[in-house]
Amino acid sequence: MAAPPGPESIALLERFVAALKAQGVVTEEEIAEQIARTDRASPEIGARMVARAWTDPAYRELLLRDGSAAAEQMGVSMAGAPPLGVLEDTDTLHHLVVCTLCSCYPRMVLGYPPHWYKSAAYRARAVRDPRGVLAEWGTVLPDGMELRVVDSTADYRWMVLPQRPAGTEGWDETRLASLVTRDALVGVTLPMVAERAAA
Amino acid sequence: MRFAAGTPVRVKRDFPELRGPCHIRTPHYLRGLDGVVERPLGAFPNPEDLAFARPAPRVPLYHVRFAQPGLFNEGAAGDTLLVEIFEHWLEPREDA
Repeated sequence: MAAPPGPESIALLERFVAALKAQGVVTEEEIAEQIARTDRASPEIGARMVARAWTDPAYRELLLRDGSAAAEQMGVSMAGAPPLGVLEDTDTLHHLVVCTLCSCYPRMVLGYPPHWYKSAAYRARAVRDPRGVLAEWGTVLPDGMELRVVDSTADYRWMVLPQRPAGTEGWDETRLASLVTRDALVGVTLPMVAERAAA
Repeated sequence: MRFAAGTPVRVKRDFPELRGPCHIRTPHYLRGLDGVVERPLGAFPNPEDLAFARPAPRVPLYHVRFAQPGLFNEGAAGDTLLVEIFEHWLEPREDA
């Protein structure tokens, strides 16, 4: 876990931002808008997209073909954002997203990445021992399921479309979305129906 | 676009980091390894130029699939890795 930034780091950031502004690279307003946009985003957006894909075949097709367009349909402005790609889990394939080089994450639809996603340990181990990492999250894949690690290295941002859990027949989108957690949207966990809720 | 989906490719075994300042989006652990193009992802300004404020021509980007156990000689048979790699880092595999 990273320590809180010290005074030197904050002073360095202030000098860096001042230099960017002096060079005309960014304005104060653009920085504020970007921060506000990320503050507004949260995993609830991604969860709603997944729940809609589970219930609406046309939306599912759009989501897998053009994640950015699917996000726009949910009212998310993708202007200036990297393209969003969505990868579909199946009975035989599970996706796990990592960024080994830095911390690329679909912030437009998931908000800020959690600390563990940015940690050197997760970034190193997700590509080297992905099943070990999943086991520590309590995620055990069935025999015969391929685990596909997605190292997010360039211009896309990747989100997972998990499988709809059994026992959710007849559920509406809101109730389905409540099953889809932040962690399931990058594949470290699976959407689960709680025993009591299913009973 | 040089490579269609399904094309066997090899990541160049090159380390520009040894030659001077650079910004490379091809992870070290993949250099020199064999993969298969999963699908083209379009073309994007070359981040190696963007990072230094140079004119950045668009370069085709691909999703390339690798066998996960081959990366570190550990892992489960059948598991895979999918990575975005720019075209100038890929070469066709003559032996494939």
